[in-house]
Amino acid sequence: MASKKNIPWAALGPWIALLAACTFFALQTDRFLTPENFSLVLQQVMVVGVLAIGQTLIILTAGIDLSCGMVMSLAGVVMTKFTMDMGLPPVLGIACGIAVAALFGLLNGLLVTKIKLPPFIVTLGTLNIAFALTQIYSESQTITDLPPTLTFLGQTFTLGGTEVAWGTCLMIVLYALIWRGLADTAPGRHIYAVGNQPEAARLSGISVDRVLLGVYTFAGVLYGVAALLSVARTGVGDPQAGQTENLDAITAVVLGGTSLFGGRGILLGSLVGAVIVGVFRNGLTLMGVASVYQTLITGILVILAVTADQMSRKGAR
Amino acid sequence: MSFKIKATMAFSGLAFAAGAAVAAQPVIGLITKTETNPFFVKMKEGAQAEAKKLNVKLMTASGKKDGDSASQITAIENMTAAGAKTILITSVGDAIIPAVKKAQAKGVQVIALDSPFDGADALYATDNYQAGILIGQYAKAALGDKPAKIAMLDLFPGHPVGAQRHNGFMKGFGLQALDAKSNDLSKTAETVCAGDTDGDQAKGQTAMENCLQKNPDINVVYTINEPAAAGAYNALKKAGKDKDVVIVSVDGGCAGVANVGKGVIAATSQQYPLKMAAMGVAAGAEYAKSGKKATGYVDTGVTLIAAKKVKDVDSKDVKVGTDLCWGKK
Repeated sequence: MASKKNIPWAALGPWIALLAACTFFALQTDRFLTPENFSLVLQQVMVVGVLAIGQTLIILTAGIDLSCGMVMSLAGVVMTKFTMDMGLPPVLGIACGIAVAALFGLLNGLLVTKIKLPPFIVTLGTLNIAFALTQIYSESQTITDLPPTLTFLGQTFTLGGTEVAWGTCLMIVLYALIWRGLADTAPGRHIYAVGNQPEAARLSGISVDRVLLGVYTFAGVLYGVAALLSVARTGVGDPQAGQTENLDAITAVVLGGTSLFGGRGILLGSLVGAVIVGVFRNGLTLMGVASVYQTLITGILVILAVTADQMSRKGAR
Repeated sequence: MSFKIKATMAFSGLAFAAGAAVAAQPVIGLITKTETNPFFVKMKEGAQAEAKKLNVKLMTASGKKDGDSASQITAIENMTAAGAKTILITSVGDAIIPAVKKAQAKGVQVIALDSPFDGADALYATDNYQAGILIGQYAKAALGDKPAKIAMLDLFPGHPVGAQRHNGFMKGFGLQALDAKSNDLSKTAETVCAGDTDGDQAKGQTAMENCLQKNPDINVVYTINEPAAAGAYNALKKAGKDKDVVIVSVDGGCAGVANVGKGVIAATSQQYPLKMAAMGVAAGAEYAKSGKKATGYVDTGVTLIAAKKVKDVDSKDVKVGTDLCWGKK
C-alpha cells in the first residue's frame, strides 16, 4: 500500500508552482510582493479554501462532492434569512445555517453508504436540490443590512502593520487542526485507509460506512463555515453565490496534489492549490492582463497536477 | 361498424372543438434566461398581465442559469410543437439561432427581448450603449476637474451587452471608445484597471480589491450591474475609500436603486423588463389576429437614477426609480 510519504512530486509540485508564480509576478510588478497584497489574496481564497477542506476529505475516500458550492449558498441564505426575517439571534441563525449544510452532508453520506450510489451522481442530485431550495426560499433576492456578528469574520485586525481578516485566521486554524487530525488520529488514518483499499479497511475492522458518513457530514459542517465566511466577506446573503465554487474547490484539491482516486494527498496542499488560483487572478490583474488567462493557466496546471499524480501512482505499483 | 363511425365522429368533434378553442386563444411563448432572477420575474409578470388583458395563452420556460442555451433550444422546439405562433426570448447566446430559424420556417414569429441576436423578427430592449453613455456623463460631471482614474468592472469577455455598456460609458465620459456594434472593450490611459465580475457580487469585490492594489488612486468605478457595484463598494469601504470614489452602474433593480439612496452607487441606468415583455405579448396578439409580424428595434427606454443631481446631466431621483424598479421594494 502506498503511503502518503513516498510521493514527493505530488506533494512538492504545488509548492513549486506557487513559488514560481510568486517569483514571476514579483518580477513583473512591484505591487505584488507586499504583506497587504498577500493578506488580500488569502482573504479572496478563504471561502474556496474552506470548501476545499471538506472536498479533500471526501476525495481522500475516493469520492467527490459537486454539491459543496450550492450547499454553501443555501446555508448562507438560511443563516441570513433566519436572522433578518425570523428575528433569531445571529449566533442561532449561524448555527441553523451550518446545521442545514451538515444535514445535506449527512444526506449525501446516507445515499452513498446505504443505497450505494456513486458520489458523483448523489452530489449532482443534491447540487440541484440545494440550488433550487436556495432560489425558492430567497426568491432570488439578496439579504442585506446584516448585523455585525454575521460579518465579523470579514473584519480585519492589524498584525505588524498589515490588515489581516479574522476569516483568514479561521481558515488557517481549520487547516492546521484537520491536517494534524488526519495524520495523528485513528479516524484520520481510517479516512486514508478507506480511500486506499476499502475492502482491506473493512477486513481490518474499520466500519467503512461510518467513516464515509462521518466524512460527508463533517464536510457539510465545513461548507456551513464557508457559508459564514462568504456572508462575512461580501456582507450579504447572496443566493447567486457558490455557482462555480464546487469546481473551484475540486481544482484547489487537485492542484494541491490529492489523488482523485483516493487514499493519497496532504491537506495543506489544497490550501496551496487555492492560493495558486488566487495568486494568478491577483497577479494578472496587477499586470493588467485579462482574467481569461487565469482560467487558461488554471486548466494547464490541473492537467499537470493530475499527470504528476498518475505518474507517481504508476511508480508506486 | 356503425359504432366505430360514431366514435370517430365524436372524437373528431372533440378535436374540432379543442382546435377551435386554441384558434380563439393564440398561444405565445416566453423564454427567459433564468426562472428566478428578479429581472426575469418582472418580465414574466409583465407578460402575464398583458396576456390576460389581450386574452392570449402564455407558456413560459427558462434556462437553468445564464448561458444555458440547451434548455432554451428545447423550449423553442417544445413551444413550436405546442402551437405557439409567437415566441419571445431573452437569448443566452447565438447557439439558439439555428433553432430559431427552424421555428420561423414553421411560421413562428420570434421576438428578441432584452438581448439581441441575428435573425430575430424584432427586438424590444434597452439601448445598452445609451445606458452606458448616461452613467459616463454622470460620472464625468460628478468627478469634476480631477484627473480620472477609472476601474472597469466588466461582465465577461465577448458579451455584446457587456461591451455596449462598457464602450457607452467611456463615450459618455468623453474618452475614446468603440461604437455600439463592437464586441471589444475600449481601453485608454484613464482606465487604469479592468476586471471580469460575471455580474456577481463576490467576484465584483475581488476584482475591485485587486484593482485597488494595482492603483490605489482610482476615483471612478464603472460596474456592469448593481450586484457588481455592491461588491466594489464593499472593497472600497474596507480600504477606507468609499467616500472618494464615484460608482456607477446599470440595471435599476430595487436593491440597486436602494443602494443609490444609501450612497453606495452614485448613479444607475434603469431599464424596463416589464415593458419589453408587454410589448412582446402585444405583438404576438397582433400577429395572431392580422398575420402581421413585428419588425425592427424598439428601445424600451432607460432612465438615469441618481441621488444627487449634477450639472448638465438629466437624472431622476430615488423615488422615481423605486416606483419603476423590479424585485422586492
